[in-house]
Amino acid sequence: MSQRLLPPAAVLAKGALIGAILVTLTGLFVWAAGWLSPSRVSPGRIVDALETHNGVHSGARRAHEKGLCVAGYFQSNGQGVALSRADVFAPGRTPVFGRFSLGVGNPHSPDGVPGFHALALSFQQGNGEIWRTAMDDTPIFPVATPQAFIDFQLATAPDKATGKPDPARAQAYLAAHPETRAFMQWMRDAPFAASFAASTYYSINAFRFTDAQGQTRAVRWSFKPEAPFVAVDKDKLAELNKTQPNFLFNDALTRLAQQPMRWELWVTLAQAGDPTNDATRPWPAERQQVDVGTLVLERASLEDDGPCRDVTFDPLILPSGIAASDDPLLAARSAAYARSFTRRAGERPTPPSALSDDPAARSVLQGAR
Amino acid sequence: MRAPIRFSFALRALHWLMALMILAMLFIGVGMMSTASDARRWLYDLHKPLGVAILLLAALRLFVRLTTKAPPLPQDLPAIQKWAAHASHAVLYFLMFALPLVGWAMLSAGGYPISLFGSAHLPPIAPLNAGLYAFLHAVHVSLALGLFVVVLAHLGAALMHGLIRRDGVFSAMASWRRGRF
Repeated sequence: MSQRLLPPAAVLAKGALIGAILVTLTGLFVWAAGWLSPSRVSPGRIVDALETHNGVHSGARRAHEKGLCVAGYFQSNGQGVALSRADVFAPGRTPVFGRFSLGVGNPHSPDGVPGFHALALSFQQGNGEIWRTAMDDTPIFPVATPQAFIDFQLATAPDKATGKPDPARAQAYLAAHPETRAFMQWMRDAPFAASFAASTYYSINAFRFTDAQGQTRAVRWSFKPEAPFVAVDKDKLAELNKTQPNFLFNDALTRLAQQPMRWELWVTLAQAGDPTNDATRPWPAERQQVDVGTLVLERASLEDDGPCRDVTFDPLILPSGIAASDDPLLAARSAAYARSFTRRAGERPTPPSALSDDPAARSVLQGAR
Repeated sequence: MRAPIRFSFALRALHWLMALMILAMLFIGVGMMSTASDARRWLYDLHKPLGVAILLLAALRLFVRLTTKAPPLPQDLPAIQKWAAHASHAVLYFLMFALPLVGWAMLSAGGYPISLFGSAHLPPIAPLNAGLYAFLHAVHVSLALGLFVVVLAHLGAALMHGLIRRDGVFSAMASWRRGRF
């Protein structure tokens, strides 16, 4: 078929129409990508806020920088089957690896500074699905929304001129955020845990469990330790930081060299009206809790060659039977962990972990081999 | 033998179905990377099964394309435009395979499950390695932005054929008639 020539005016008009279509499509694409919306709460902005607060430590996670890989298994007692159809709750064992970490802003920080003591886990279900959870040792979280998280990081970041946080900025933030004040008060009152093995770790956010019949329940969970709680006198932390800067991680290595660590996994069931979208608000203490099994951690390895370094403990990596709640922090955690991972994974070579330079840590690990 | 004036019905159906899917996929992809809101969660949950569907349809489409006769380009089309048409089609076919495969390998290298729906998921196709993840991530993003540019060029050229040259190239793909002649 040969072309039928159009008058030049028509060619111009139709050319303009084609141009308009292409420009419109490009505009929509640019809008979807957020390049026109710098105020959108993007993964990049969350990680930028963390970098402003903590500095950039090449190759390290942008939060919970200092860590140790652990591995073992979860022994389900079968009680969880009534709550969730996830394989991990069927009676039997599921292999687990994980990571103890400190939310301290610097991979080479001494251990005795205020911040989260954390346990992250990856359950490798027999059917190939994975359940990841990143938990802290506090039953409440300092912020309820991604925007508040960004604001909190920036308000308490070191000032460029002084190298210290600007008290006025921090005060202005705290005045507007009673939930963060409540968290900080909780941290001041709580004893400083002397061992990763003896802390309770909380799911931070609410989730939804769905059973085989399709019934869905809002839940939170916590891992309660078998080891009795031990505290460090907060007045002694400064001295300990000088003499044994890795005292928490060395404690974990020493304990694991002697015997496994154990926690019971308790699932807390929400009742109507319990907040599922606000990690700063605890549920009433009398809520029903179900013991669904035992986590047994048997081995530790340095991050340098351990299984936990090259993954993120994204709380939205969930098997069928466990799903996200309406908590806005969940998508933000997932997004920020992914962005942090993309940034650090591109920073090569990965620097050695703080523990790899610690003779005490090395000798325990070699003894365990 | 007379040359066909239209692509086969199967190829036309696949083209328009995949055009919608790929355009949606490009918008879902940049959208989910741009937000930490809840929208990210369902965009991401859509991105993976849609990518696998595009990969499967691309394989079917390549088979149909290679086993049926395609209409020739107009004889009076300048050689450079003919070359551009063939090259851009080759690039489009390449990207229809490369983007899902690189995405799949990227998730594998990053230790992410390749979950589709319910408990259905795909096995990893690359070793767990953060450096490899970072590299494949950069490749996936670059190829996706490249695909958007090629899709724009393809759309612009198609409209130019359909509205200005009116030489049958556009109707070879944009026609509901069953036959090829």
